[in-house]
Amino acid sequence: MSDAWTYAPAPESAALANLRPVYRPFVDGEFVDGAGEPLKTVNPATEEVLAEVGTASPADVDRAVAAARRAQETVWGAMTGAERAKHLFRIARIVAERARELAVLETLDNGKPIRESRDVDVPTASAHLFHHAGWADKLAYAGVGPDPRPLGVVGAVIPWNFPLLMAVWKIAPALACGNTIVLKPAETTPLSALVLAEIAAEAGLPPGVLNVLPGAGDVGAALVAHDGLDKVAFTGSTSVGKGIQRLLAGTGRRLTLELGGKAANIVYDDAPLDQAVEGVVDGIFFNQGHVCCAGSRLLVQESVAEEFAELLLARIATLRVGDPLDKNTDVGAINSRAQLDRIVDLAAVGDAEGAQRWTSPCPLPARGLFFPPTVFSGVEQTMRVAREEIFGPVLSVLTFRTPAEAVAKATDTPYGLSAGVWTDKGSKALWTAQRMRAGVVWANTFNRFDPASPFGGFGESGFGREGGRVGLAAYLA
Amino acid sequence: MPALADAVRDEAALRRFLRGLPGVDQVGLERRAATLATRSIKKESKLRAIDLAISMIDLTTLEGADTPGRVRSLCAQAIRPDSGYPDAGPVAAVCVYPDLAGIAAERLRGTGIGVASVATAFPSGRSSRAVKLADTALAVEAGAGEIDMVIDRGAWLSGRYGQVFDEIVAVKQACGPAHLKVILETGELAGYDDVRRASWLALLAGADVIKTSTGKVSPAATLPVVQVMLQAVRDWHRLTGERRGVKAAGGIRAAKDAIRHLVAVNEVAGPQWLTPELFRFGASSLLGDLLRQRRAQREGRYPATNRIGGVV
Repeated sequence: MSDAWTYAPAPESAALANLRPVYRPFVDGEFVDGAGEPLKTVNPATEEVLAEVGTASPADVDRAVAAARRAQETVWGAMTGAERAKHLFRIARIVAERARELAVLETLDNGKPIRESRDVDVPTASAHLFHHAGWADKLAYAGVGPDPRPLGVVGAVIPWNFPLLMAVWKIAPALACGNTIVLKPAETTPLSALVLAEIAAEAGLPPGVLNVLPGAGDVGAALVAHDGLDKVAFTGSTSVGKGIQRLLAGTGRRLTLELGGKAANIVYDDAPLDQAVEGVVDGIFFNQGHVCCAGSRLLVQESVAEEFAELLLARIATLRVGDPLDKNTDVGAINSRAQLDRIVDLAAVGDAEGAQRWTSPCPLPARGLFFPPTVFSGVEQTMRVAREEIFGPVLSVLTFRTPAEAVAKATDTPYGLSAGVWTDKGSKALWTAQRMRAGVVWANTFNRFDPASPFGGFGESGFGREGGRVGLAAYLA
Repeated sequence: MPALADAVRDEAALRRFLRGLPGVDQVGLERRAATLATRSIKKESKLRAIDLAISMIDLTTLEGADTPGRVRSLCAQAIRPDSGYPDAGPVAAVCVYPDLAGIAAERLRGTGIGVASVATAFPSGRSSRAVKLADTALAVEAGAGEIDMVIDRGAWLSGRYGQVFDEIVAVKQACGPAHLKVILETGELAGYDDVRRASWLALLAGADVIKTSTGKVSPAATLPVVQVMLQAVRDWHRLTGERRGVKAAGGIRAAKDAIRHLVAVNEVAGPQWLTPELFRFGASSLLGDLLRQRRAQREGRYPATNRIGGVV
């Protein structure tokens, strides 16, 4: 070939998102004007405004919680599990039918590559709804007693990294178990949750069972503090989670928290190296590293460290950073200016602390919020890049000599959401997994999710599980 | 990775080296292959890919019923695959049985298109060393510039790695200046770890190209298997600075499959491998689909198969 073969842009059509100029809160089965200050949601790949979104005031929170209470007591809680299942199955099916629209909408609002929203976010959300629809009439067999009861009204606050999927992780188990819910999506990514509300209405879900209140942190604060709730489910930062736990202490209201992480990916010298490279890449660059369970610390055995680094950097250099709507984009846009600033600042701290920074030579788009895949080597346990959650495409590489040292370094963190172990030796994988202090340990894979598999944290990563039978327990009395 | 010179000192060293190669995780490998297959290759990149794929084809006929006439027709197709579009092609080589290599050599003289011949008791490899070497010599003398040999799978699967190695070395010698492609017949090997070991054995023994399959066994070329072999030539280059080739043969019939393989070549081995010297398709019916797609890209609709013509 005389000149290089390049992939022509293959953009998915933005028109598929069916964007509307204005979105409004969903309360008691209707889209209503919120009394809060409207916000403008932005496409992080272009920094252009996508839509104006009405937000909730404290009075709107009161109305939504009251509607949820009424629906729970008069309709939803009294309904048989089999009837609730029908509603959830309908919602699951419509989500699958409108998958392309939801994927494009998610990519526009969040900045994640269309390949991920199309192949991961939306199908996983639909699968989660299907799975929990199946549970609705079988709760007596969930292992929480012969006659489990719903808790009542759930207040849920979710982050911006997987807007639709996180909404579904709260809504599906809550509704399957007979609870009603008031959900506050993240300030920067409210759109897919509002379309999900539209889908619920289309599926005939009774008014008040699902309420969606867009807004900033103040709406979330008003919601979680509301004394009309029976349970709060929060996914987000550890500092906010701690505040909520303080607030709810002594109120008798139930709480589950899914917070930050600083997961270790342990690569032993007998690992399947090429697949370990893929797993490490997927662990930290999937969704631009905006993943609470991201494998942000690579612990590689010294005897293969050099070879592994060579393979890893060569692989990272092939990642295509760019237009999230392009089907060939591997790494999309950083969700917000504030998050980009945080990533830039923490990377600068890595430099200042003496870690060696490597930046992918990939071209970056001329506009929009982007950060190139970055690897810090020579990282020590005490450095901030090894301790703090960066929530961006930044990997810290540390080495170890023995399995015991690997375990000690992996668990030397206040977090405990996930971990990865790479070895061709099953006994070593199990030995290591037993010693991790993390809610999920992946062996020879990373970032795999299934609705039947519980997900949740340990230590400062929170408590409570989402998914599977254990996840149902968080929504039943 | 242990030093390569030591690896071939004796059979024990060779065994230790091959067993010491990093394992291949099936789930991760197949997942990466599936992700590569989602690349969307459209418009001018698709046109480029189609032309690139055509230039990498070893246009093949390996039938008991092959005749000199059929081989000549195949050669004509290799030279100018699409009479309506003189800018299409030519392909890389024509691949035939040894007794027909002379016919192909005569027809292709001066065209720049290679003459490839299978040899070594293709496709089973079940004969004596002497017969295999004679088979190779026959093909080379008839004018084959590329020899596609098969490894002795019986020896390989019973762990006689030294025997397989020695045979490749001997055939390489019999090839003289001819390029040697070593067929691993991956569909008969014991999984991806075995494909990796066989790839390395062939590279150590002097294969210019490692090739997936004879086309007579299913499964033949698959994206995960080709990925493992691309990793082997990539690592070989990393350690020696020398670039060896890969040939995906058998089972690739659609342009879409060929383009997926080119994506794998581009992203696993690297863009330097996107040349007929370093990557080939062994195929017969693939060319027809590439030409149809090529016309469709230009004319905006798919031509009927009998619009282009061809041997297959």
